[in-house]
Amino acid sequence: MMRASRSVLSGTLLGELALLSFAIILPWLLTALGEDYYIGFATRLLIYALAATSLNFVVGYGGMVAFGHAAFFGGGAYLVALLMTGGLLSAWANWPLTMLIVALLAWAIGAISLRTRGVYFIMITLAFAQMIYYSVISLKIAGGDDGLPLDQRSSLFPFDLGNDHILYWLALGLLAISLLLLKRLSHSRYGHALAGIRQNETRMEALGYPVQQLKLACFVIGAVLAALAGALLVNQNGMAGPGQLYWTQSGMLLVMVILGGVGHRYGGVLGAFVLLGLEEALAQVTEHSHLYIGLILLAVVLYAPRGLAGLFFKSR
Amino acid sequence: MMTQLIIEQLLNGLQFGLMLFLLAAGLTLVFGIMDMINLSHGSLYMGGAYLGAAATQASGSFLVGLLAALVGMALIGLLLEVVLLRRLYQRDHLSQVLATFALILIANELARMIWGPQPLMLNAPEVLSGPVDLFGISYPAYRLLIIVVGLAVAGLLYWLVGHTRAGMWVRAGASNREMAQALGIDVRKLFTGIFALGAVLCALAGMLLGPLLAVQVGMGEDILILAFVVIVIGGIGSIRGALVGSLLVGMVDTLGRALLPTLLRTITSPDIAAHVGPALASVLIYLLMAAVLFWRPTGLFPARA
Repeated sequence: MMRASRSVLSGTLLGELALLSFAIILPWLLTALGEDYYIGFATRLLIYALAATSLNFVVGYGGMVAFGHAAFFGGGAYLVALLMTGGLLSAWANWPLTMLIVALLAWAIGAISLRTRGVYFIMITLAFAQMIYYSVISLKIAGGDDGLPLDQRSSLFPFDLGNDHILYWLALGLLAISLLLLKRLSHSRYGHALAGIRQNETRMEALGYPVQQLKLACFVIGAVLAALAGALLVNQNGMAGPGQLYWTQSGMLLVMVILGGVGHRYGGVLGAFVLLGLEEALAQVTEHSHLYIGLILLAVVLYAPRGLAGLFFKSR
Repeated sequence: MMTQLIIEQLLNGLQFGLMLFLLAAGLTLVFGIMDMINLSHGSLYMGGAYLGAAATQASGSFLVGLLAALVGMALIGLLLEVVLLRRLYQRDHLSQVLATFALILIANELARMIWGPQPLMLNAPEVLSGPVDLFGISYPAYRLLIIVVGLAVAGLLYWLVGHTRAGMWVRAGASNREMAQALGIDVRKLFTGIFALGAVLCALAGMLLGPLLAVQVGMGEDILILAFVVIVIGGIGSIRGALVGSLLVGMVDTLGRALLPTLLRTITSPDIAAHVGPALASVLIYLLMAAVLFWRPTGLFPARA
């Protein structure tokens, strides 16, 4: 461990830089190949990777199996769309405001939900997410069952988000920054305290750590990052839809995290890439792609208990 | 007029609650005894409805369809438990979520491949298609049958779990699995039996609700979440909790949907009431669950001491 961190360019870091460089030039490559459609697809991959990563922080680092992450992911999308309908077009003001509102929401939901544990925590987070889903689809200003379309993308002066390349790079940048941030966080005092809580909550309480507050903070951080992913998603899709708030969306994100590797730094990214990639690839060759995805997921559960990341990387 | 409406809705709520109980009973035992999250429980319900509808169409008899659904799903349940689920008991909840989510995808796609994307038609038996007179209220005969069957099955389960040797094992397993094993109860066999029983109850619910709701892909997911709400409210592993939770959820949901829009109209404009009413009704049961968990974090009737 010490030796690896001492060498300036360790193997992992080199790999990471190579992947990042490839990701940066990808839009130009796709445009050159005349495959512009895939820029949108790649952007979607990055957005879902960010959302799954945010959930992985809550599940893998905080040890809280939250089954209502769609409330924050889809909620972010809806809030951005609502604020834009209200005339707040600038992403510089709109997105932070959205994240702030979602943070408050997550703080309230988390504070109540953390009274329960285990399976009951799973179900109460689901309950809150479903409440938000049904409330939103009843709101006329949120477009009801039809969702809320955007006339244009957020403005991010001096950048033009209307350009698909720019939106892609923004998603890539935000994902990279978030991953870096979460890595720093997990190596900080706070991260070690979270790891301690995950191993033995009672002991950490006895040591005087404010366990509930630390877990709540983790829950809120995850929610805020999910809202950021939602802000990107609504710009990519051109609308906020009820499906983004429904429990199947929460289930999808959870499946991505478990598939990729719970608690692994790249678990969320890997899971999102593989699941969405599989869906896209299988859809080209068969009508029944879900059958094969189901079989693949089963195989992963039975033969790769620590997720895909556990197959490829030794440590987290 | 108003009282008639309310009584009718109370009966509907009872009927919905009893059907939820059929699903929740199996789910809560699987959950309580083996500590296993089974998201694919709703797929068993869908499977029962499809098998029953197909067999009814082929034979022309509702009873033959019902029999096919029950026997078919018992076999599928057995097979599923022995081949796959048995390997998941010792794993963590997340692995179980992933595996059973995969089963949902597979089951939905299989149903679509075999029966196509269109919903299947399943009609109630001819003799029960009309209304019956019930203390001066006319109520659909088929719905009344569902209530009767539901009550009978609930009574049977209560007797089975509360007053037989096998039921004693089940309760012992739910309150402390290791201790039950140490005392010589074959938990493996017990659980295979419970899972098959759960599948049969799912099939019964699917078959009975088939004529009222559409038999289609995805029908399992909607009701699955309700069943989870029920067992969480009742306390995981408790049959009594599942019954109380089912009736609570069934009543609150049905009455909310039927009466809230009307009630709201008396205090707000009809336009707002028409929009807010249904949404508020959908939120009610989740509100109920959150409230129960807030005051009783392990449900109303915790099975574990």
